[in-house]
Amino acid sequence: MTAKSLFDKVWDSHVVTPESDDRPAILYVDLHLIHEVTSPQAFDVLREKGLPVRRPDLCLATLDHSIPTVPIRSFKDLEIASEPAAAKQVMQMEKNCAEFHIELRNFASAERGIVHVIAPELGATQPGKTIVCGDSHTSTHGAFGALAFGIGTTEVGHVLATQCLLQRKPKSLAINLSGRLKPGVSAKDVILKTIGEIGVNGGTGHVIEYRGSAIGSLSMEERMTICNMSIEAGARAGLIAPDDVTYEYMAGRPMAPAGQAWERAFRRWRQLPSDSETAFDRSVTIDVAELKPMVTFGTNPGMVVSIDQAVPKSGDAAFQKALRYMQIEAGKPLLGQAVDVVFIGSCTNGRLSDLEAAASILKGRRVAPNVRLLVVPGSAPVKKAAEEKGIDEIVRAAGGEWREPGCSMCIAMNGDRVASGKLAVSTSNRNFEGRQGSGARTILASPLTAAAAAISGRVTDPRELLN
Amino acid sequence: MEPLTRIRSKTVVLPFEDIDTDQIIPARFLTTTTKTGLGEKLFNDWRYAADGTPREDFVLNTDAAKEAGILVGGRNFGCGSSREHAPWALVDFGIRAVISTEIADIFRNNSLKNGLVPVLVDSETHAWLIENPGVDVTIDLERRLLKLPDGREIGFPIDGFSRYCLMNGLDQMGFLLESEAAIKAYEDARA
Repeated sequence: MTAKSLFDKVWDSHVVTPESDDRPAILYVDLHLIHEVTSPQAFDVLREKGLPVRRPDLCLATLDHSIPTVPIRSFKDLEIASEPAAAKQVMQMEKNCAEFHIELRNFASAERGIVHVIAPELGATQPGKTIVCGDSHTSTHGAFGALAFGIGTTEVGHVLATQCLLQRKPKSLAINLSGRLKPGVSAKDVILKTIGEIGVNGGTGHVIEYRGSAIGSLSMEERMTICNMSIEAGARAGLIAPDDVTYEYMAGRPMAPAGQAWERAFRRWRQLPSDSETAFDRSVTIDVAELKPMVTFGTNPGMVVSIDQAVPKSGDAAFQKALRYMQIEAGKPLLGQAVDVVFIGSCTNGRLSDLEAAASILKGRRVAPNVRLLVVPGSAPVKKAAEEKGIDEIVRAAGGEWREPGCSMCIAMNGDRVASGKLAVSTSNRNFEGRQGSGARTILASPLTAAAAAISGRVTDPRELLN
Repeated sequence: MEPLTRIRSKTVVLPFEDIDTDQIIPARFLTTTTKTGLGEKLFNDWRYAADGTPREDFVLNTDAAKEAGILVGGRNFGCGSSREHAPWALVDFGIRAVISTEIADIFRNNSLKNGLVPVLVDSETHAWLIENPGVDVTIDLERRLLKLPDGREIGFPIDGFSRYCLMNGLDQMGFLLESEAAIKAYEDARA
């Protein structure tokens, strides 16, 4: 029998009708994550066609992209805190979910937050599942050995109506990460390095499986950071085989199976890991033992260097355009570059361990004058857990802002934005032109590196500030 | 959707590599709850100065671009976010096909569902198109060919099913709805 990858196994078990030359496979979806930005036009299609949502029980809906990060207790608060279009979009989501019988974790819910943070938290993200969302960072859930990928709004409509998608099977790419990370170097640095190595189109047409000794030693939250940014290498999805770390994280979560159902699921999950290295169409090996903190210098996540490495000098027109936009000089490291804003949060780095890492540097220190520090927990449970550990106090005492959960300054749709021309060090996932606000300049980095920049007011090697 | 078999139009060229969907339509315009009117915001931050005045040096603001229905983009066009607002904005502006050497997966899938044809070409053809903006080309879906003004015919790959749907103006959801029995059987077998 031919060796199968984890991806092959999850794919095969969800094929309703197989792919042929003239028809893609019909693939069944186990979990459909929904948010306010990419769903309204899909609900409209259902209304036009007079269709119900086929499986509201397999939907998990929340408000994250355009929701303000100031406290909201009522629709009145929402209207005051939001731009009119954003408030309208949130209200439309309330209406759509009510009309189509989908439970919405809205601003009053203790479980709300960024969809890619709350689904794993609730235990809805499980090994072997197919998970989709109208959001490219759906790849996050691959950290559990799920096949999870972003779709467009037309496809959101397909899943709402039929719980299925028409899909051609992508190819597979094994990324072997070897070595053990040094102190001060994190999962974010690993994925930035990986994107830098394979390129922002290196994964196009592929589903990645991250493998190797460096992966085994990472926590679930670190694994989610890595899988989250698979799309930044062009890949549809990024998976990691489930192991004891996965099962330990999941056990006891509200939507995870329990008792005998857990035992049955566990037997299935244990069959999921790839059979062998030969199961992949391509493979790449990256050693992370000597990895240093990484920072981006350009306008896509593949334009990245080590914190002490000089920005490359040569490059094509797009490269020159990126450096001009960023107002960054080639031939010199970013170290010492003055910073205006630091954003800690997002579906990439807005989980408890990310906030703990940032707090380890912020504790007992003050944010540099003229730097705005915004810390936005990824979900209400993350916020609560962080507050129980006193992280809110550490952030405030340092002079930073401690906010309500949401996507916030990662996508700058909710009023949290970086002003034109200002330079942000951000733990988010995209440094595209204008991503954090029209004219804003973004350096992507880990929570440690971002916190270090907030304290010194400059791009700083966080290892100098580790206690 | 209208059936689509061939597109004959002038090209407009954006030669940069890795044009992401945040450039095609910036996120702050995604608070809309409809699909319409996004063409005005297409490439907003490249097209307009901060005060809203059109940048004269940006190609989409030229008279020639107003006639162009085919966009030639640099390698890895449409990377980044899954927002379908990107093809909606392009189509609303009047673009009916995008030509590049590489087109990002989600953008390509979204385009095919909105009558926007993704055309992948070899780097030699691509370089020629970039060096010769504003030429008249024909995209023949029936024969899967791109015809250049000098008569050269370049084959391009396109998923057979998506091509069939485009050529017949079919909504792909219909195929899924027709498969209800198979979907039900799959669910029952797993229960």
